[in-house]
Amino acid sequence: MSSTVQPRGTTKIALTAHSWLVYLFFFAPIFVLIVFSFSDDRNVGRWGGFTLEWYQDFVEHSQLQGAVWVSVRVALLSTVISVVLGTLAALALERFKFKGRKVFDALLYLPIIIPDVTMAVMMLLFFAEFFEILDSVFGWDVQKGLGSIAISHIAFNISFVSVVVRARLAGMSEVLEEAALDLYASRWKTFRYVTFPQIVPGVAGGALLALTLSLDDVVITQFAAGPGATTLPVFVFGLIRRGVTPLINATSVLMLAASVFLVALSLAFQQFSGRGGRPSLRAARQAMSAKPNTNTQPKEGINQ
Amino acid sequence: MGDGEDDPVSDQTAAVELSAITKRFGSVVAVDNVDLEIADGEFFALLGPSGCGKTTTLRMIAGLEFPTEGSLKIFGNEAGTLPPNKRPVNTVFQDYALFPHMTVEANVAFGLKMQRVSKDEIAGRVLEAISLVRLEGLEQRRSQQLSGGQRQRVALARALVNRPKVLLLDEPLGALDLKLRQEMQGELKALQREVGITFVFVTHDQEEALTMADRIGVMNEGELLQVGTPAEIYEHPVNRFVANFIGQTNLLDASVVSNDTVCLANGVHIPGHSDLPVGTRVAVCLRPERAGMHPPDEVPADHQSVVGRLEGVTYLGNALVYTVVLDWVRLEVRRENQPGGYRPYAGEEVAVSWTLDAVSVVRA
Repeated sequence: MSSTVQPRGTTKIALTAHSWLVYLFFFAPIFVLIVFSFSDDRNVGRWGGFTLEWYQDFVEHSQLQGAVWVSVRVALLSTVISVVLGTLAALALERFKFKGRKVFDALLYLPIIIPDVTMAVMMLLFFAEFFEILDSVFGWDVQKGLGSIAISHIAFNISFVSVVVRARLAGMSEVLEEAALDLYASRWKTFRYVTFPQIVPGVAGGALLALTLSLDDVVITQFAAGPGATTLPVFVFGLIRRGVTPLINATSVLMLAASVFLVALSLAFQQFSGRGGRPSLRAARQAMSAKPNTNTQPKEGINQ
Repeated sequence: MGDGEDDPVSDQTAAVELSAITKRFGSVVAVDNVDLEIADGEFFALLGPSGCGKTTTLRMIAGLEFPTEGSLKIFGNEAGTLPPNKRPVNTVFQDYALFPHMTVEANVAFGLKMQRVSKDEIAGRVLEAISLVRLEGLEQRRSQQLSGGQRQRVALARALVNRPKVLLLDEPLGALDLKLRQEMQGELKALQREVGITFVFVTHDQEEALTMADRIGVMNEGELLQVGTPAEIYEHPVNRFVANFIGQTNLLDASVVSNDTVCLANGVHIPGHSDLPVGTRVAVCLRPERAGMHPPDEVPADHQSVVGRLEGVTYLGNALVYTVVLDWVRLEVRRENQPGGYRPYAGEEVAVSWTLDAVSVVRA
């Protein structure tokens, strides 16, 4: 059926080669990273035999452990709060008309648009001023740390979450909500039983994005972090300056494994919520299962 | 159809009563000062072209819009600004608005669940509603796995399971193909008789309104122009718009000369009843199937007639439509396709005729 658009001859060979090159480009560094995390040599680029020493180092390195926990706590805290606030913002912008809606809409995109460094400096100044006020007015001596990192992450995550959730909301007919209201649901129950189940994939996607962004961030975190607490990426960044050992490789492999696990989890979740429900996923699955048939059958044989 | 048509309204509390209802969206007047009473147990159609305000009127009864002015009563209780979940009405939405993440059963049970009806009762009533619309065996399907007709039945069951006092239907058959639509027309009518509750439905399809409704309200540009039984609306339209919108019609421009005489645009005085003041511009409404056709010199004595040239004949199978051209109007005459009779050819001079009871005088 799709025979005329299928590439043939040299085109096909060139395209295949190109694909492999792209894969190589993607995965070769990861492969190298993983292999050298098992290398028994202090020099990152030299193979010195197999060892698990660096992983043991990672487990025993108390500062690294501390950074991991700060990262995880900041990520979870900022994800939960930004998902709630971002979803609320998305609902307000997509479903209600109010004064200043357009201004709010434009402002919400700011954290996505402005450079990280600018955002970081803003955060630095904000915390400095804010803590000074707290100190002079209430006499509270607050230091930067886990709290300030989390707040700075929430500040940019809200935008990303609301963009993702809004995309989902825009695709959902308002009539469904009207139908729920017509069927004796209160506003809250309408959200609980109709709106939320419809936007769950968007909310989950937004949460995953927030989690990833929070775990990844270096620049803003560096400015918002204090002497008390720092996140894993910022700590690793510091390690590099002190000289690179395969400990960094081991740490990176573990971070990579964690991300892969998160992505796999989200895919599994989408599969689960898509069972029998979402047409796009089912259509994709059908298309995938239908493909081998058209390939194995001779073109002329299809109609017979 | 005419028996007791005004009784239900006067005898008891109206199911729905709109008094001087106006709805504005900014500077746009969507519904303009509408008065309407819909009787309990009635199958009422709101008919009009798109944008005429019929859907807005329905949405105000549902509580999905609040009127800007006027009073809206449901069984005597003021409901103008009551939210939709506090009204004894349910709606079948235009595209059904079934919840895609729920099964048929869960969709139907939704309203009862929201009203905190006991589980046992929900189970029983859902079963009953599903069998009422003949959807047994599809309880566990999702809306994506249903055909258009089945979705419509789910939407009906989902609304009726709540035993509303008024069921509102927004273009309920609009999304179905012709054959299914005709089938569902009969079914809806039968269903309404069976459950005995007031149905208010919105449609732009005059045929649908004529076949299904006990009474029809014709709307245009936010105004309710005429309310009446299908026969009243078809045979005595109040103005040119209603006459044109309901069925095919010929409109002959005229002006009122006296109570029972009008002057056609060609200067001929003919009998025609109207209560309008002398000199008012009117139109004589002559339905194609009520017009007669004769050779110019053979018009029966009790018939009025105008003479024109036959331009062409459209063959419809069961009927023939003749187009007759005069220098001031074009007329269509519809004749049943029966053997024999007068069969003029294109180009011939013919007389289009009618008896007094075949026409009505409408405001221009």
